[in-house]
Amino acid sequence: MTKSFERLRYYLPTIVVAVAVLALWEVLVTVLNIQQFILPKPTQIAGRFFEEVNLFVTGQGSILFQAAGATFYEALGGFILGCGSGILVALVTARWTVLSEAMMPFAIAANSVPIIAFAPIMNNWFGLTNPVSKMTIVAIIVFFPTMINTVRGLTLIDPRQLELMRSYAASDLKILRALRIPNAVPYIFSALRVASPLSMIGAVVAEFFGGPRATLGVFITQEASGFNFDRAWAAIVIASLIGIAFYAIIVFAERRLAPWGTREAG
Amino acid sequence: MTEIPAVIRAEGVNKVFTVKNADPVIALKDIHLDVKRGEFVSLIGPSGCGKSTLLRLIADLLQPTSGEMVINGKTPVQARLDRDYGMVFQAATLYDWRNVGKNVQLPLEIMGIDKAEREKRAAEMLELVELGKFAKHYPWQLSGGMQQRVAIARALAFQPALLLMDEPFGALDEFTRERMNLELLRIWHATQTTVVFVTHSIAEAVFLSSRVVVMSPRPGRITAVLDVDLPYPRNFETRELPRYFELVTHVRELLRDAHTFDE
Ligand SMILES: Nc1ncnc2c1ncn2[C@@H]1O[C@H](COP(=O)(O)OP(=O)(O)O)[C@@H](O)[C@H]1O
Ligand SMILES: [Mg+2]
Repeated sequence: MTKSFERLRYYLPTIVVAVAVLALWEVLVTVLNIQQFILPKPTQIAGRFFEEVNLFVTGQGSILFQAAGATFYEALGGFILGCGSGILVALVTARWTVLSEAMMPFAIAANSVPIIAFAPIMNNWFGLTNPVSKMTIVAIIVFFPTMINTVRGLTLIDPRQLELMRSYAASDLKILRALRIPNAVPYIFSALRVASPLSMIGAVVAEFFGGPRATLGVFITQEASGFNFDRAWAAIVIASLIGIAFYAIIVFAERRLAPWGTREAG
Repeated sequence: MTEIPAVIRAEGVNKVFTVKNADPVIALKDIHLDVKRGEFVSLIGPSGCGKSTLLRLIADLLQPTSGEMVINGKTPVQARLDRDYGMVFQAATLYDWRNVGKNVQLPLEIMGIDKAEREKRAAEMLELVELGKFAKHYPWQLSGGMQQRVAIARALAFQPALLLMDEPFGALDEFTRERMNLELLRIWHATQTTVVFVTHSIAEAVFLSSRVVVMSPRPGRITAVLDVDLPYPRNFETRELPRYFELVTHVRELLRDAHTFDE
């Protein structure tokens, strides 16, 4: 009882701000008589959104939900591919400190390159409608932050903890398993937290350069050019919801699997 | 004539740290020290006199610049590889991702001891430091004193004949520290371990030790060695004996004599 009350108190400011912004948006669009192709009202977007939900739930088929599924598939595929290989490369190079130290500047430089600019090239390589072209872009985008953070987690270790291992005459492999890898877990999760919404963004933006009709990026471009702005906005809403849910799942997994890294945040 | 073999023998040990863009630091100069089996030896001195450095040389976490260090008749490297000693640092340095029981098992795991035996020994050691009920807790759920007891249980888990402790109770309040001192003496008695204990508390050094080694800084050297002839078992009453006060005063004077106010 008191606990849920406290929770409410904690989230109340956020809820109030959200409601206020939406209300202000609605009022301003109405009062200033803003055209729907510039900015539709929240109620209009919500109406369109629930129309699609209705189509989807009643089994009549919603192209928007189909598009959301396809885009999420690309994002998830790229996420697993990119983060997985980022962690793997970090683990392999961390065995040879010199190698990972030599690679770090390149990784950091590569991380600041706008990788999304390669999207048209990937479309050429793998085919415009092949989900692999979007997965590759997403994978490259999330690879670098994941690799960099994992290397940090494997190498930034309290020297006293390393001394302890030395005092046990522990082999490098045992130090890796008992100390370096667990030490890296919170670092990896913090990379995954960044990578999860990034993979959605990467997939949607890559689709702006072309792809099958039933993907969010293509859907948004086509509806916007057809002046169906409420439909475009409904697609943006769904892309945001997926991004947030993806992020929330990572945070939840982190609390379950690595509570020692998050306990301060609580 | 047969002698009790020395667990630790340091002969003319020097340690110089070369620091970038600064004069080299003579951390230890001409150290001679013999520690016999079953002794409880304290190293006492102001900070910077090389206590930790000496302990690290014994533990082969550092190598002497010159001189000879022999542990159980072997080189320090060999002694470390043979896991001859357990070490307790000033900070508990527990692993946050392991519960208390698993932390105590850590050295046993590294040494490849099987699970059943590990769990049995960890339970025994936690019992010894009176934390039997906390095996499933995580380090961050314990107080500083409890964490340090876990670190001691961990160091004792593989039953090393030599225990090296670097200001293990330095961060604790006076009451907890006095309780921990009693507990440590009880453990020392029960396990018959040889202990080298670094402290900068005179009271602690006198209360715990069979021998107190007084050190002074710049350069770090041993200035006096004092036998502590207080009776066993030592307990709260020990701290009220006239002899205890005499010894505390004596150590204080030795430290004062040793300390050259060159700053
Ligand atoms: N790794 C190191 N590099 C350079 N100087 C060091 C290092 N470790 C210790 N020293 C210096 O050696 C001296 C002794 O240090 P230490 O053994 O930690 O003293 P204590 O433990 O008695 O306080 C100090 O002057 C310290 O600054
Ligand atoms: Mg020290």
